[in-house]
Amino acid sequence: MSRIVVHGLEKTYGDARVLERVNVTAEAGEFLSLVGASGCGKSTFLRILLGQEQQSSGVVIVGDGPIVPEPTPQRGIVFQRYSVFPHLTAMQNLLLVEDFRSGGPFGRVFGARRRNARQEAEAMLARVGLAHARDLYPASLSGGMQQRLAIAQTLLGRPQILLLDEPFGALDPGIRAEMHDLLTELWTEHGMTVVMVTHDIGEAFKLGTRVLVFDKVRHDPQFPSAYGATITYDLRLDRKTRASSHHLAKVAAMVGTTRPDKTMATTAS
Amino acid sequence: MLARGMGARDEVSDTGGEGTMRPSLPRPRVRLRMINAKVSRGGALFLGGLPFLFVAIAYLFASAQRLAVNPSDKLLPSPPQMWSAFLDLATVPDKRSGDLILWVDTYASLLRLLAGVGVATFAALSLGIAIGFIPRVRAFLLPFVTVVCVIPPLALLPILFIALGLGETAKITLIALGVAPVMVRDIANRVMELPAELVAKAQTLGGNSWTMILRLVLPQIMPRLITCVRLALGPAWLFLIAAEAIASTEGLGYRIFLVRRYLSMDVILPYVAWITLLAVITDWLLVRLSRAISPWAHPLEAR
Ligand SMILES: Nc1ncnc2c1ncn2[C@@H]1O[C@H](COP(=O)(O)OP(=O)(O)O)[C@@H](O)[C@H]1O
Ligand SMILES: [Mg+2]
Repeated sequence: MSRIVVHGLEKTYGDARVLERVNVTAEAGEFLSLVGASGCGKSTFLRILLGQEQQSSGVVIVGDGPIVPEPTPQRGIVFQRYSVFPHLTAMQNLLLVEDFRSGGPFGRVFGARRRNARQEAEAMLARVGLAHARDLYPASLSGGMQQRLAIAQTLLGRPQILLLDEPFGALDPGIRAEMHDLLTELWTEHGMTVVMVTHDIGEAFKLGTRVLVFDKVRHDPQFPSAYGATITYDLRLDRKTRASSHHLAKVAAMVGTTRPDKTMATTAS
Repeated sequence: MLARGMGARDEVSDTGGEGTMRPSLPRPRVRLRMINAKVSRGGALFLGGLPFLFVAIAYLFASAQRLAVNPSDKLLPSPPQMWSAFLDLATVPDKRSGDLILWVDTYASLLRLLAGVGVATFAALSLGIAIGFIPRVRAFLLPFVTVVCVIPPLALLPILFIALGLGETAKITLIALGVAPVMVRDIANRVMELPAELVAKAQTLGGNSWTMILRLVLPQIMPRLITCVRLALGPAWLFLIAAEAIASTEGLGYRIFLVRRYLSMDVILPYVAWITLLAVITDWLLVRLSRAISPWAHPLEAR
């Protein structure tokens, strides 16, 4: 639906450089899987795409123009935690979307529009298997149910770009596989551009059309935060590469293991 | 198909029911650590009642002793003496004014308390949300509110009486000024602690600053606001009684300080007990209110 172009992106917090020289172009409808060591800046990258934070330098283009520096309905997000509103029931969480979108100054739609919104929400709840939980508060839903609700809510917003930050990180393997099917179905249906951060490389290969690895290429042993992470590997997945254990192992090695130069730096100091 | 499969997989977390079929084994007697030993309902009632019982017995004992030495002693009146004095105030019209003093006092005090705390609550809600949610308002008002918070309210009392006269306005203002700054700050803090994820998510769903206040911030801080009011009621009573003691013609605090001149402990003690009862009832009502407004914040009671 919308393409994303990132050019020369850099992000620093004070003296610490988290991201540097990040260049990537995602065509509309692509599904990008982002992997990388913990703390290397994947969530930061996603927050920049969301508009919750701004890049220190570089260009981010979403759709037709430069990114609006605040969250907008163009981009939807599912976080690992705090992804639904705890003070609303499952049904109310979904109704809130229409309330915000066209509820005017009351933040609430009435009459026929409310009935339509309710029908749409009802259908969406059934779609993600939560029809039986419509009147429950998130606190009494399991982690998997909460994430399903979060995805349903985000999709009702009809975003052109869907951002996912380790959305299934806290779920059991069985539930996770079901969530994968659900997400794939919904993506095929809606055709939005997806950027998903995950620490599960199998998941990255299974769902994505492209796997991007974030890593640091430059190191300063005296000042570890002098250099940031960048995209070190960009793999387009087709039927062959998706099944290739060689590629999977290669990415796993990039993400998981300590590099020889890092070990040398620690022994030297 | 998918939906049905998933629905069946994970159940709603409150459907327990496991273990009812098991034969009941004799429970092993273990000495638990003090911090892990649970208290039964009856045990809690008994333990909770003990301090009250202790104070009551100590009072009865001391009172009986003094009255035995001097039957016209006024310092520690016996329960029947207090009860008849209290009943007089509640049921016998005053000779001069024809009023039922207890009810006139109670009505006047509660009205002042309600007005003062009401104004403070409104300020906490509007200013607290504005300061907590809108960076520009925060920059504008937070330093001021922080400074106002540390002014001792009772030091303002003479100023209020001079500026506003001895009427109701000064008393209500004292209560409001006394409790509002802390409430404003607390609500502002709570709003700032809202997870950034929720605020970002609301914006991706199309919320603007105002609708997010209505649909996200307000409901999220409601339980905290009620807790705030509960905590503020203690200081509010203090300011009320202080103001009434100095300039008033009726009110619970006024009565206590009036009869103090005649050492009428038989009136003062029931009045203190009456104030305590009113405070306890108010607190209980606020807890009920919170459960009714924000059931999501009280998951255990909601079952
Ligand atoms: N608001 C912030 N202020 C300072 N440092 C931050 C902030 N947010 C993230 N960081 C730092 O940026 C780095 C990357 O964080 P993050 O994007 O959350 O990593 P990832 O999601 O890849 O695990 C971390 O070292 C973290 O300490
Ligand atoms: Mg992260």
